[in-house]
Amino acid sequence: MLERIAKVINNYLETERPITQETTFAELELDSLDMVELVMNLEEEFGVNIEMDESLKTVGDLMTLLQKA
Amino acid sequence: MSFKIIGTGRALPQKAVSNDELSAFLDTSDEWITSHTGVKNRYVCTEESLTDLCESAAKKALLRSGLRAEEIDLVLCSTMGGDFITPSLACAAAERLGLSCPAFDLNAACSGFLYALDVAAAYLSCGRAKNILILSAEMMSKHVDWSDRATCVLFGDGAGACVVTAGTALQYLRLTAEGDTAILFREDGNGNSPFREKKERGFVKMQGQGVFKFAVRMIETQTKAALESLSLTADDIDYYLLHQANKQILDFAREKLGQPEEKFPSNIHRYGNVSSASVPILLDELFEKGNIQKGTKLLMSAFGAGLTAGTCVMSWE
Repeated sequence: MLERIAKVINNYLETERPITQETTFAELELDSLDMVELVMNLEEEFGVNIEMDESLKTVGDLMTLLQKA
Repeated sequence: MSFKIIGTGRALPQKAVSNDELSAFLDTSDEWITSHTGVKNRYVCTEESLTDLCESAAKKALLRSGLRAEEIDLVLCSTMGGDFITPSLACAAAERLGLSCPAFDLNAACSGFLYALDVAAAYLSCGRAKNILILSAEMMSKHVDWSDRATCVLFGDGAGACVVTAGTALQYLRLTAEGDTAILFREDGNGNSPFREKKERGFVKMQGQGVFKFAVRMIETQTKAALESLSLTADDIDYYLLHQANKQILDFAREKLGQPEEKFPSNIHRYGNVSSASVPILLDELFEKGNIQKGTKLLMSAFGAGLTAGTCVMSWE
């Protein structure tokens, strides 16, 4: 799952950087609206609906949210 | 149940306010506002009333339509609030134009223009009106909190107008409303009623992420539904006139539709988000540039508090 998330993130950022569960969105320089775009791209990738959560800090947080969706 | 638009107009207040002017009293910067919202400038009412803007936009639209004011038999105004709580802004505008036909306001927030088009289509189809003046006018400067840098930088004041009459240009029009008062709202106060707890009128409040997601989803799904229903593809549309709320929303929606930037006229950098006036102002500018001819296919889509949304497709006539 992490691999698929990392791919979506790298596609969005147009980069090929290593992504771990500990990677924070702050270090990826994603603001709150970028986060919505990323979440919507992930919804498409995983075919789920994710409630926006302003407390998302790390890729790991996002994984937990996706597992619940 | 169709119509055509035979005249458009717009009016903006005199005073232009740059991002630098805002950063003089807010903790923000031109760089931040531009990169996060696409807004560089907005116009704000000082001496002008909304009725003034309506009168000016209406006169331009009437002139282009070739109709005399007295040939208008319905004035329909979309606004979140005119110069008076009552009478309506439509009546205030009718007074200026010397009209005595029915006139009323409707409020569907930023989707108001699409809602007004729908009402116009219904009035025309049942023969209750022949020539309808639609005014979309908003004074966002009185709705926002000028000490809140997250909202006030986004909006501007202005008015758009169009004259609508029987025709075959309109090919598709659908509206939705989800019934949500939490994501985007402005709460009213209680006046000085001795029977209710004292409460002042609030300012516009919004959850940026929720609005963003709703907006992109609506543009994407409603556009796809419209194209499917008309057996068209995204390539068949000449121009997409989207509600100018935030450049990031516009860009993301455009990417989802896989269409080139030149098909998405934009004026958010000049005017900010002018709520329901945003799409008709865009339409008027496009028309003035000579980009709209007979057969030009336009898709208009707007979304706003409510949560409301609306999408229409026209083949210009």
